[in-house]
Amino acid sequence: MQTKSILLLIGGALGLFVLGLLVPEWLSYLMIIAMGKGIVVLGVVLLMRAGLVSFGQGLYYCIGAYVAGTLTQFAGISDVLLILLASIAASVLVAALVGLLLCRYRGIFFAMFSMAFSMILYGLLVRSSVLGSTDGFNVLRPSLLGWVPSDDASSDLVLAVAVVMVMILGSLMWLYFRSLSGYAGEAVRENEIRVEYLGTSVFRIIYTKYLIAAALAGIGGTVTALVSGHVDPEMAYWTTSGEFVFIALMGGTSHVAAPMVGAGLFELLRTYAFAIAPYTWQMILGSTLLLIIIFLPSGLWSLVSRFSRQARG
Amino acid sequence: MRLDSLKPLSLACAVAAGTLVTSVQAAEEYKLGLVTFLSGAASGPFGIPAKNAADLVIDAINDGTLPAPISGKGIDGRQIKPIYVDEAGGATKQTAEYRNLVDREGVDSIVGYISSGDCLAIPPVAEELKTLTVLFDCGTPRVFEEGDYKYVFRSHSTASMDNIAAARYINETVDSLKSISGINQNYSWGHDSWRDFTETLKVLRSGDIEITTEQFPKLFAGQYGAEISALMVKPADVVHTSFWGGDTDALVLQAAARGLLEDNQMIFTAGETALNSLGEHLPDGVIIGARGPFGPFAPESELNTWFQSEFTKRFGTPPTYPAYHMAQAVIGLKLAYDKAGADATTEQVIDAFEYMEFEGPGGKVSMNRGKGHQAATEMVYGRLTRSNGEIGFTDVRRYAADCVNPPEGAITEEWIKAGMPGAKCD
Amino acid sequence: MTRHVGRAELSLCSLLRAFGAKVWDVVMTQLLAIIIDGVVYASWLFIIAAGLTLIYGVMRILNMAHGSFYAIGAYAGAGMVGWYFSTGSVPWLSFAVLIGAALIAGLFIGLLIERGLLRFMYGRNEVVMILVTYAILLILEDAIKLIWGVEPYFAYQPYSLLGRTKLAGLSFANYDFMLIVVSTLIGLALWYGLNRTRNGKLLRVVIHDREIAQALGINVSRIFTITFLIGAGLGALAGALTAPGLSVVPGIGIEVIVLAFAVVVIGGLGSVSGALVGALIVGLARAAAVHLYPEVELFVIYAVMGLVLAIRPQGLFAVASARKI
Repeated sequence: MQTKSILLLIGGALGLFVLGLLVPEWLSYLMIIAMGKGIVVLGVVLLMRAGLVSFGQGLYYCIGAYVAGTLTQFAGISDVLLILLASIAASVLVAALVGLLLCRYRGIFFAMFSMAFSMILYGLLVRSSVLGSTDGFNVLRPSLLGWVPSDDASSDLVLAVAVVMVMILGSLMWLYFRSLSGYAGEAVRENEIRVEYLGTSVFRIIYTKYLIAAALAGIGGTVTALVSGHVDPEMAYWTTSGEFVFIALMGGTSHVAAPMVGAGLFELLRTYAFAIAPYTWQMILGSTLLLIIIFLPSGLWSLVSRFSRQARG
Repeated sequence: MRLDSLKPLSLACAVAAGTLVTSVQAAEEYKLGLVTFLSGAASGPFGIPAKNAADLVIDAINDGTLPAPISGKGIDGRQIKPIYVDEAGGATKQTAEYRNLVDREGVDSIVGYISSGDCLAIPPVAEELKTLTVLFDCGTPRVFEEGDYKYVFRSHSTASMDNIAAARYINETVDSLKSISGINQNYSWGHDSWRDFTETLKVLRSGDIEITTEQFPKLFAGQYGAEISALMVKPADVVHTSFWGGDTDALVLQAAARGLLEDNQMIFTAGETALNSLGEHLPDGVIIGARGPFGPFAPESELNTWFQSEFTKRFGTPPTYPAYHMAQAVIGLKLAYDKAGADATTEQVIDAFEYMEFEGPGGKVSMNRGKGHQAATEMVYGRLTRSNGEIGFTDVRRYAADCVNPPEGAITEEWIKAGMPGAKCD
Repeated sequence: MTRHVGRAELSLCSLLRAFGAKVWDVVMTQLLAIIIDGVVYASWLFIIAAGLTLIYGVMRILNMAHGSFYAIGAYAGAGMVGWYFSTGSVPWLSFAVLIGAALIAGLFIGLLIERGLLRFMYGRNEVVMILVTYAILLILEDAIKLIWGVEPYFAYQPYSLLGRTKLAGLSFANYDFMLIVVSTLIGLALWYGLNRTRNGKLLRVVIHDREIAQALGINVSRIFTITFLIGAGLGALAGALTAPGLSVVPGIGIEVIVLAFAVVVIGGLGSVSGALVGALIVGLARAAAVHLYPEVELFVIYAVMGLVLAIRPQGLFAVASARKI
């Protein structure tokens, strides 16, 4: 069973990678962006399962992206693995501090307070002319263990990184969701006081989840920065964080694949809304969100689970 | 572990890929991607006037009705088919949309980008996709200072020109100038404008200038009561602002209502867009710029007369500088194709575009910076004056391109601090 | 020699005194400016935030579409005022036109959204409701563009009509002082309505405990509709009152939402008096920043929000809520 699932995983990764090479370039680009955002949303979902909605994941998304940017542009470090490690470290470090304060809050206060932190980073970046203020700066091409890909192969490297990250993080989160600590989140959402009575620290449960979500957002930011080749403070703006919540709701919270599907469909929807209705794309986006909330309150993934249940029974 | 996680994603991608294979390009059409703001606060003052100008000029090029010496119908004998994309959504979104335009829509070239962040993010993608791209309105000088691009051109001057010229203008025309203050938007454009302006003044006056206060309200803040008070509490001989669009309007209205405009000499480096709507609130003597020799400052030419009258006739308002910028970009692109000859490859068109000199509606444009990819134009400032209720300008000063633009290869910020060596002013 | 020193001392003293007087003048002018600017800004914030906090208090909806109500009020007001002045009628009546047009537009759109959409979604999670209103915001943003286009609208006549006043050498627009008056009136009206009228008392019952209120036979659905209409009307009114000082362009609604959210969170969600205090704190803090440390203006509001939440996690005037066991 174990080896079978690992083989399946590797097969899936290869399939996804090959698919990314086969589809037209614009779609492959969109796939990578969607995977980057999907990883961030995975963290949002993790918090949502514990009843917390973060309107501030943009903070770590932006940190991850800026780590990638500053390392390639200013420090001359272009190795993907180093960049990823650095952005995880940076995100977790900041989250460890911010989380101490933030994890005491619930509901709308958690949402607003997390947004405030992200906006403070936005304000700081806007004022730092070294980092290009609101214009941001460009991210250089990454390398891997000394291999510097050619111009054409560079996007393939990012694609591979994104696929591997999605697979590894997806499986880890899948395991985590089914672990005791993973279920503790749902217990907290349902009733905090009873969790405390059971002898567990609610704060520690939430704090852990917050750190994991921050690391995920940092990785997602790094992937996005590497593929888009540009970072700017907009990544920490509240609308970016709002987008992640939008995707989380669109996909659903019941499965680790839901955020990925949500992110992919969101990107497709938005790009076609842009193309079909350059003047009224916001209306299309808003209507879709409304329809999903009304008719699929558990997100698009509920369709999948409904189908598989029917198929089985 | 089951991997049903993958199925929907791959399914979605496969469906999208299957139904949306790049459409076959029709040979007789020239597909032009046009990217400007169609939503948000920059759409009214910039995006839509630019789109209007593009519509007007493209129709005229397709019909072959542009005034001489521009001739021939369409670009490369093909009718131009514009494809519009909203510039909203930030740089990551725009790089995705850029790829869509090239890969999915199969455009021949792209003219666009108002936001400086987009102008920095797009060129590397343009190089990767080998697509001719003309940046038409963004201000940052960093595009060609930080990189060399083959496929990217910018057909207008940087915002540094506005502020270098602004410093020269007030240094020459304001008597006993001792102090300045500024109110600029809190983002790159505002920071850079203020820095270029103050640094140039320091150079021109050997440091003999006092800054009383520098205000940086949030972009699109809309409420400037406290900032206006701060400018009044710490008065200066000249108040500098690089506000644009709706923020200019709000500042003009609120400053006018409180008398700041009458009691202080103000300079609006991008104030031209407010002239049509709010001219009556601007007192005589206010210094106005138009991001180049545009609008009321455009030199007389057949092309300018045509542009002014046709634009006003079709859209009900005279063209402002974003419209001029767009017209300049589209006309420049056409002329580069004309110069390259029939059936030229993109590389041949690029060769023709590099170091090209052409007459736009705002006068001469020389593509002689950034290794032949960045334009330099003259810059004009004037003081508003009224005669019989009509708004006009006095004390109009024209600064030659080589006077207010750094020479080829120089980094603007360093060039200013080094004392602007090699600036050729009349 | 001693005489010389004495004279030097004397002139030094008078110099110091003159210097002190000048510093005093500057400080007093600046203090006055900070207070007036801060209070004017606070009045503006309060008018926006009052409707937002009222809707949240009663309905538990943090309404992002409030920004759209603001924009719709601004467009409706500016559009009508522009038309009114083109007819060449009495300028003073333009205030009535401005406010009337905005209120009608705001009430109409409020009714449409509450009856047509929101009432089917009551009882959903608070965060889901934020996203519902975010979707409404996106839709209305484009609807506004379809109705009014992207060209700027102006309604500047009322702004200059009232003239200006000079205080300690600084000119202030009388229109801004009028905002303080209007804001105070709105605050008083809300206070009176909530505390001294029958409907207001019913409303407070609903704010306190919706289920008990329902059990007591209070028509909660009707109360919700009325509350939403008042909130939407206030949002539109805020937009209309802002319109004369700027040009009404697409996207103006988006800019004020986060600001209003911050004010409401600082004051305590759902509390009208909290919104008032929150507005004053933010207004004064921002004005002080602009005058003394302009570089921190961008995040002073978030810093204040963080500070308040760190000390009082539920905001200053939070309505107490029971923990579920």
